[in-house]
Amino acid sequence: MNIAYYPGCTLKTTAKEFDISTKASAKALGINLVELPRWNCCGTVHALAKDDVMHHLAPLRNLLRVEEAQQSGIVDDKRVVALCAMCYNTLKRSNQAFNADPDKAGKVRESMNNEASVYSGQVEVEHLLETLRAQGWDKVQARVTKPLKGLKVAPYYGCLLLRPRGIGVDNADNPRVFEDLLKALGAEVVDFGYKQKCCGSYHTVHMVDVVAELSNRILTQAQAAGADVVATACPLCEFNLGNRQTAVARKYPKFNGIPIVYFTQLMALAFGLGEDETALGMNRPDPRPLLREKGLI
Amino acid sequence: MSSEKQGLVLHPSPANKVFRDRVKELSGEKVELCFQCGACSSGCPMTQEMDYLPSKVIRMVQLGLDEALESKTIWVCTTCFNCEVRCPRGIDIANVMEALRQLVLRKKYDHVALDQLSDEQLRELPQVAIISSLRKLTA
Repeated sequence: MNIAYYPGCTLKTTAKEFDISTKASAKALGINLVELPRWNCCGTVHALAKDDVMHHLAPLRNLLRVEEAQQSGIVDDKRVVALCAMCYNTLKRSNQAFNADPDKAGKVRESMNNEASVYSGQVEVEHLLETLRAQGWDKVQARVTKPLKGLKVAPYYGCLLLRPRGIGVDNADNPRVFEDLLKALGAEVVDFGYKQKCCGSYHTVHMVDVVAELSNRILTQAQAAGADVVATACPLCEFNLGNRQTAVARKYPKFNGIPIVYFTQLMALAFGLGEDETALGMNRPDPRPLLREKGLI
Repeated sequence: MSSEKQGLVLHPSPANKVFRDRVKELSGEKVELCFQCGACSSGCPMTQEMDYLPSKVIRMVQLGLDEALESKTIWVCTTCFNCEVRCPRGIDIANVMEALRQLVLRKKYDHVALDQLSDEQLRELPQVAIISSLRKLTA
């Protein structure tokens, strides 16, 4: 199965481990993620002001590329898989706005008149978690060669994978897709009250202290619930919960670090893939001492 | 009965009405529907950094009080949409916050400036952080 894959900017730079482990673990499941030719930055956030049409161009141009890829035969259908929660949200919301408002769609088409073709609005934006769920968790489970036995994983959804209503990959109040995946991988799922709470997002640029406060709350709640590791699906969450632990420790000297990994890295690990494909050496803090202790690497 | 009529009936002064209507137009939200239950404020992860609770900002917009534009709250909002899924009246409060930010930003008062960040900070920050920060907090 060849599916168009939209990596987004951060997966190609500071979150390479997400890109690497995604492609490898999807391939292990027979999903060939074909990187979208000529993709561009989606803009990372949806334009919420109703008169803001300009910021729909970047995400919709990517969706036009998906149609072109389908027409040229390099992918099987008009579907694009995103991994970064922010990219997923932005691409999907722009697509929805385009289809819901003919006036807006007209303006977008007019502004993209230098393109060889016209966007139809028919591309489906999907998160890999949705792709896996649609295939069935038994397919994932069947591929597991090294179950993550004894590893207590707290799934952290954050915001844009679940909200707003009608966009999220699962029920915003009681999601289970992440839990179902972790169970299929043989991990022990740790439920905690802060799994849907915001990590502070882009305020990490100019309000590090506020982000440290929010991250501290999320991480200490995960630890109190018994988690060894927190799993995420967003490179901004990963940065705020991971790299920002140095800021958390400055603020709260008693804070004990906890590794943050991408769900795709746990998939690659459970599928028995090698170091080059799990890319676990790239996360901060380093999850490998914990995984060695658990006998998983 | 239209949803407009089910909402709060307020008669702000003409100047206040201009402000309220501008926010409604930009956000696409029927702010009159808010009955001040406070669900948005109770679920908001950022209230400790705010001067006015999100529900209070909505009240200010209902009344057409443009002091809302001077509020710290609109800049602290992370657009996490917790309020959106909680509002029993179907108001997307994050859209209202964006409309208020836009009204300030469109006068070209940027809220963050990248040239104040060191090279080291710029190297460390992921693109997704920098771009989203600029998109939300600059014009």
